[in-house]
Amino acid sequence: MGQITLKQVRKSFGDVHVIPGVDLRIEEGEFVVFVGPSGCGKSTLLRLIAGLEDTTSGTIEIDGKDATYLPPAKRGLAMVFQSYALYPHMSVRKNIAFPLKMAGLDQAEIDRKVEGAAKVLNLNSYLDRRPGQLSGGQRQRVAIGRAIVRSPQAFLFDEPLSNLDAALRVNMRLEISELHQKLKTTMIYVTHDQVEAMTMADKIVVLQAGRIEQVGTPMELYKTPANVFVAGFIGSPKMNLIAGAEAAKHGATTIGIRPEHVQVSATSGLWQGRVGVSEHLGSDTFLHVTTDMGLLNVRAGGDVALYHGDTVWLTPDLAHLHRFDAKGLAIR
Amino acid sequence: MSTQSSRATARLMLSPTVILLLIWMIVPLALTLWFSTQRYNLLYPDRQGFNDFANYTRFIATPAFTAAIINTLVLVLGVLVITVVLGILIALLIDQPLWGQGPVRILVISPFFIMPPVAALIWKNMFMNPTNGLFAEAAKYLGLPPFDFLGAAPLASIILIVAWQWLPFATLILLTALQSLSSEELEAAEMDGAPPVKRFWYIMLPHLARSITVVVLIQTIFLMGIFGEILVTTNGGPGSASTTLPFLIYKEALLDFDAGTAAAGGVVAVIIANIVAIFLMRAIGKNLDA
Repeated sequence: MGQITLKQVRKSFGDVHVIPGVDLRIEEGEFVVFVGPSGCGKSTLLRLIAGLEDTTSGTIEIDGKDATYLPPAKRGLAMVFQSYALYPHMSVRKNIAFPLKMAGLDQAEIDRKVEGAAKVLNLNSYLDRRPGQLSGGQRQRVAIGRAIVRSPQAFLFDEPLSNLDAALRVNMRLEISELHQKLKTTMIYVTHDQVEAMTMADKIVVLQAGRIEQVGTPMELYKTPANVFVAGFIGSPKMNLIAGAEAAKHGATTIGIRPEHVQVSATSGLWQGRVGVSEHLGSDTFLHVTTDMGLLNVRAGGDVALYHGDTVWLTPDLAHLHRFDAKGLAIR
Repeated sequence: MSTQSSRATARLMLSPTVILLLIWMIVPLALTLWFSTQRYNLLYPDRQGFNDFANYTRFIATPAFTAAIINTLVLVLGVLVITVVLGILIALLIDQPLWGQGPVRILVISPFFIMPPVAALIWKNMFMNPTNGLFAEAAKYLGLPPFDFLGAAPLASIILIVAWQWLPFATLILLTALQSLSSEELEAAEMDGAPPVKRFWYIMLPHLARSITVVVLIQTIFLMGIFGEILVTTNGGPGSASTTLPFLIYKEALLDFDAGTAAAGGVVAVIIANIVAIFLMRAIGKNLDA
């Protein structure tokens, strides 16, 4: 149930090769997040899996069976769209019941399943409303409800939280994670937000220009990024990437050091710099320090009394230094 | 826009237009109502004065009256059915990405730019003429006897001509409605296992409901008054086979020179139009609510 394998999947629109060839194996019950900057082909890849786009070449297997040429409805996958794509003229109940009605289930069975899904998602009191009368978060839940009633092999989420406000996004993130714990169904989730990726995923697939840059658990990506792109993309604030003479000292073309692995001192250290913007969050302080090697992000403790214009010394923690060669690949 | 003074100013600024429009409407209506109660025949200018509503009884007693009402309704209904059904189909077709989409769309809209009598004459002389028309030629080629469209099926022929003229209007409105349907909604339905026909029935058609309502209401208003096409093709005949209410009024006023009876006919037409409007709003008006 719910194991998906992509073999050399390619997708071109005319001369534009959006996905030049992807191999990926998604295990049963996994929560996989496709993450990457906008235009990296992550949504296209999801739509290829869904069957909404035809693959140019390669095969897509679902549960060991070739599904490359199956129509979307026959793949046993359910999708939640960015715009929710609810049917505006139908009540919430009818929206959720629609896939069951299309499958030709009898009314009693449909009612039972809709009630069940509504209960899981706390939608019981809204069942007879129209989507237009619901808030963003409720619409999102209806869209998820419409997906779960079908008991699909896997759920596909296409940036489902990007239309919600920040507070609601955090909530829905938790709800979706909890839903995954409850259902234990494979989920594939597309986002450009690396915080969503880090917090929700069992496995993150980092994409750039249609290529898979790295696949791994959130911690693997954080601790051992395979290349400069992943190093810079995963983590917030971003990893400091330093090229030139300082990198050459460590036998690399580029070195990377995360903001939390830099010691700050007002008196002595390896690199001298001047504090630009300092963001005091209470728990942490983010310092933007101008040095000879460019702007460096530093994460210091909450009580650090450093402000704009102060001179500081920075010392990187060499145990956590990342080194990259001329091709941008990590040196281990 | 809602302080007291701004509202007062708004009313003041609007009033000339409102008053002008009111006069524009009220004066002809009042005159028609007045004439409809008067003896007023252009051939007998000396006979004048109130005539006990004889204009109304005479108009309703006209042998062609019932036929005219039925013909008007059949014309309206026939054209509506053809334009809405074909309009949806053509809109679906030209909404597809196809080569030369721009020119195709302009061609589809072009009948709307042709003046009604011109269009009717083109159809009458170039297509439907039983000796020289293209349809007759086609029939001859197939070895069939040519069909005298305007003689044998006058009302159906007029419905065909009028439907041809109004099809672009319906197509255009339905096409824009179709284009406003989000593709994600259709994709969601596809994922939900709805085949194309069911996607059309459950997603597209409800989305089009409001536009279909607009098409039906606007076309009904204009179709009730169709006149030019009848005048240049069948002249209401043979007999009263293609006489509609407006054409009957024309006959009274300009062929029989009986302005009084024609005015009464106009009032009857207004009443019938209102009855139709009430039925229509009852039936489909709720589609216009958001």
